[in-house]
Parts: sequence; C-alpha cells; structure tokens
Amino acid sequence: MTAVLPDLAHEVRRALGTVVDPELDEPVTDLGFVRSVAVDGGAVEVHLRLPTSFCAPNFAWLMVSDAHDAVAAVPGVQRVVVELDDHHDSDLINAGLAAGLGYRGTFGSEAEDSLDELRATFTRKAHTAAMERALTALLRADPSADVREVTLGDLPDDAAAALRRRRSAVGLPVDDGAPVLVRDDGTRPGPDDAAMVLRRARSVRISVDGNAHFCRGLLTTRYPGSEADQVPRPDDRPVLPLEVLP
Amino acid sequence: MYTKDGEQYYVVDAHIALWDARPENQRNVHGKQFIDCFYDYHRNLSPESEVWDYEEYLYQGGERLMRDVFADGIVDHAIFQPARLAEFYHRGFGQTEEAFALAQAHPDKLTYNHYWDPRDGENGLDALRAAAERMHLQGVKLYTADWHGESRGWKLTDPMAYRYLELCRELGIRNIHIHKGPTIRPLDRDAFDVADVDHVATDFTDLTFVVEHCGLPRLEDFCWIATQEPNVVAGLAVAIPFIHTRPRYFAQIMGELVYWLGEDRILFSSDYALWTPKWLVERFVDFQIPEDLTEYAPLTTEVKKKVLGLNAARLYGLDVPEHLRLPEADETQTGPREPAAADLAAV
Repeated sequence: MTAVLPDLAHEVRRALGTVVDPELDEPVTDLGFVRSVAVDGGAVEVHLRLPTSFCAPNFAWLMVSDAHDAVAAVPGVQRVVVELDDHHDSDLINAGLAAGLGYRGTFGSEAEDSLDELRATFTRKAHTAAMERALTALLRADPSADVREVTLGDLPDDAAAALRRRRSAVGLPVDDGAPVLVRDDGTRPGPDDAAMVLRRARSVRISVDGNAHFCRGLLTTRYPGSEADQVPRPDDRPVLPLEVLP
Repeated sequence: MYTKDGEQYYVVDAHIALWDARPENQRNVHGKQFIDCFYDYHRNLSPESEVWDYEEYLYQGGERLMRDVFADGIVDHAIFQPARLAEFYHRGFGQTEEAFALAQAHPDKLTYNHYWDPRDGENGLDALRAAAERMHLQGVKLYTADWHGESRGWKLTDPMAYRYLELCRELGIRNIHIHKGPTIRPLDRDAFDVADVDHVATDFTDLTFVVEHCGLPRLEDFCWIATQEPNVVAGLAVAIPFIHTRPRYFAQIMGELVYWLGEDRILFSSDYALWTPKWLVERFVDFQIPEDLTEYAPLTTEVKKKVLGLNAARLYGLDVPEHLRLPEADETQTGPREPAAADLAAV
C-alpha cells in the first residue's frame, strides 16, 4: 500500500503536465507555476503560483480550473484542492473553485458567457507562432524556398511534430501533403498576400516567445529558487533563441 | 542633449511618474501587490548596477526625480504620465500636485499630463475642464485597467469615454496615452486586446493615440492596428529595458515597430521610476539589430534620433534646436513601412 503513494504524486504531476498556459503555449509544469503537490491517501492538494499578482485573472482561472479537472481525473484521487497563491484574485478564485461555482459563478457580473473564445484565440495564436517558426527556419536554410508551396512533409521531423500538434488543436489537416502556410481561417493565401500572412505570423511568434521569456524570468525574480522548477523552453522552438543574460 | 561619436541627440523621456507607494499611502493589499509587481519588473530587467533598494523604490520625491531623470544632462525634456489607482492608494499612486508643481518650476524640462476616467461621469468632465485650464494640458494618460468601486476596468469605446474624448478635442488635449492592463469587464475576452484603440483612432483622427508599452504583451495586435491608423503611436515604456537582458527580443520588437509603423511613430520612454533614463539612452544609442536577423534593416542614427526625442518633440511642440531637427520620412500613411527590408517574407 505504501508503494502506491509516490506513484499517485507522480501521476498527479503528469496530469498537471497537460495543463497549458494558453498565452505562452507551455505546460504549467515546465513554467514552474506548480508550487507544490501534496498527497495524503487519496486527497491531493496543489498550489499554483504566477509571475505577478496582476496576471490576467481570466487566464489564471483557466489554468487553475484546468489543473483541478486534470487532477480530479487521475485514478485513485478522491479529493482535490487546487489553490492559486499570491494573486490579487486568489480569494475569489480559490473560493469559487472549492465551491464548484464555475467561471460565471465565480466572477459574477464580470463574466458574461464563457472563456471558450479566449481559449480559441490563443490556441490559434499558438498554431500561428509554430507555423512561422517552421517556415522561418526553412527560409534561413534556403532563402529561395517558396513558402506557399511548403507542405508538412517538407519540414524536419521535430518542426513537423510540433506543428502537427498545434494544427490538430485548431482542426487543420495533419497529413504530409497539407500546406504549412495558412491564414487565420485555415485557407491558403494567394501569391498576393502570402508575404503578409507570414509577416503577421512573425509578430505573433515574437509576442508569444517574448512573453514566455519575460514571464519565466519574472517568476524567478518573484520566487527565488523557482528556476529549479522550470524546464527550458522546448527544442521545438530553436529559431532565434532569445539571448538572456544570467 | 546626449552626444556620442560626434552625433547629438535631443532626448525626450515621454513617460515618467512621481509616485508614492509607501506603506502609509497603501490603502489595501493591492497597493503593496502593485508596487511589488513594479519592483520585480525593475529587478528583473535592470543591469545590476542600476538596481535600487526596495525602500527607495517606494517613493523618490521631486528633488531626486530631477537628479535621476536629468542625470548628466542627457534628457532634455520629460513628460509625466500619471496613474490614479485610487482604489489601491489613499492619495492615489501618481502625485498630482507634487508633479504639477515640479513641472511649473521647470517648464523647460517638464510637461505635466493628467488623467481622466469615464466612470467619473459628468463631474469628471467638469474636473477635466478645470484641470485643462489650470494645467494647460496637452495630453492625458488613460489606464483602462484601473479599478473604480465595483468596476475593474473600462473600454475606450464606452459611450462616456467618447464624451471625454470629445472634450479633449474641444480643449486642445491632443495626445492620448493609453495603457492596457489585465482586468477588464467582461473577463470573457483578452483584456490586453487593443481593438478599442482601433475604433477611437478612426473616430478621432485629429487626436494622437500613444499606446504605451507598444501594446505588450500583445505586440502583434498593436502592430496590426497601428499600421492601419496613422494617428496611432508606439510608446517604448517597459519594452526598452529588454535591451539589457534580452537584446535579441528587443531587436525584434524594434524591427517589427519600424516595419509596421515607420520611424516617425515610436517614442522613447524610461517609465521612470520603473527604470532610469540614463542607461537606457546610452544603451539605445549603442544598440544595433544583430546581423543574423536579416529580416530587419539596421537602425540608422536618424531612426535613433527620432525615437529618442524628435518624434515626441513633434507631438508636444517642443523647441528642438534647428540643427538637430530631421524631416519626417517619406513613408506610406498605412501599411508596412519598409516591406523591401523584410527579405525573408519576400516570397
């Protein structure tokens, strides 16, 4: 029986690894946002932390409630408490989550419908950024490449895998023959707007990657030692690594 | 005036503050959380030699501000952009009277911008009228994420905000500085979204909308709006200190801004007392976009002169010595400014 307990903690952490910061397109476990996981029999208590007190409360809610759902789904878990620490809305969010009030029940008049559109916006941005990374890497290797003609099958394996994951999330085809460069609505740009589609995608990628680096840095400033809980930003983003001074 | 390698730069710091975040002014825990958040920004992005103690970060006062901002005579003029934050601080965060008195004592060096909030209703309109007369306002700073009673944010497209913008137009307040923050009702959508700037920029073409922090963390949304609206300008507050810890990221921010907005619509700002302007100006003058980022043209001395001061001087009618002035670039009003430099996208 005692051997089961560490396994459950491991499974809980694995479940938390499926919870993604929608803005930064990375698991909360890699970002160091998981402050603690405590397992006592079938009862689990998880604490999350964010880079500032004023991180957007809607994103905070998405991560905290996703974490709750993910942990609750782990076999063997009987009771789950997930709490967000040190945020300006910690009391509100933690109470709402504990009472199972949901997004609208928690935020009352500040919530209108749901956070589905917000989530969809950032799932799309995550795809756009991945698309730009793949194409820019290709263009750096071969500046004469015609980006309109590039298909998933033309990409190196790691770039293709990263892009396929994000294409699945937005419902785009993932076969080798699928064109990589697409507009926000999934259609293929024409010769006239292909350059602009790629340029816009570049600003999205710079935003996502820049925010990720800044948020990671701020977390370690706010919580000394938390860098030990961070996993370096994955290698599927090798284009233009941001030089960061120690 | 800053001189380096025989080049002279007229420098305008377009975003400074005289704040008071000392415990006796903190109204609740959010007052502490807010200044702590600033202090973490400061510690995270500053070179070690420029990091202040927490205590001195809480309040600087006018005398120290004059020393810090105008150190070594580098900055020629600075503009106050105050945040009210009345729900977090008893006497507000930005110290209106202290800053205004300082600007009156040094009119050649300082301009005081004030703020308004559409949730102040009709009374606020009267107050803005009175402030404009007393302070000779040329600009205002708007913080859409400010809390106000039960409300935790507002949009530029709110009907009452339009009344205030119309009054700005009437009073000759031409420069509208906007800072996007994270909480706004409804929480359903992205609160950093700058779509409301698009609407007001279209409806008030005679006003200039300076988006502070160049829309960060939504650089991409900002660039897309700004490229279509000739009266939208990028403020570099919070973006420019990345020049130290993340120079390649800063290079990409600059590259994007010059590409989408052009060299005439980017303003240097230290965001004092978040950071001090001296090291930022020195670094910026020495800065260059790395050669391997071939999608961006190098930053010329002319571009740097415009960003560091000439662009803000134009917006505020500051008297730049004749020999330091530069003509505006002959660029398109809308759309990308130098598409030819973006060779990687030339498909």
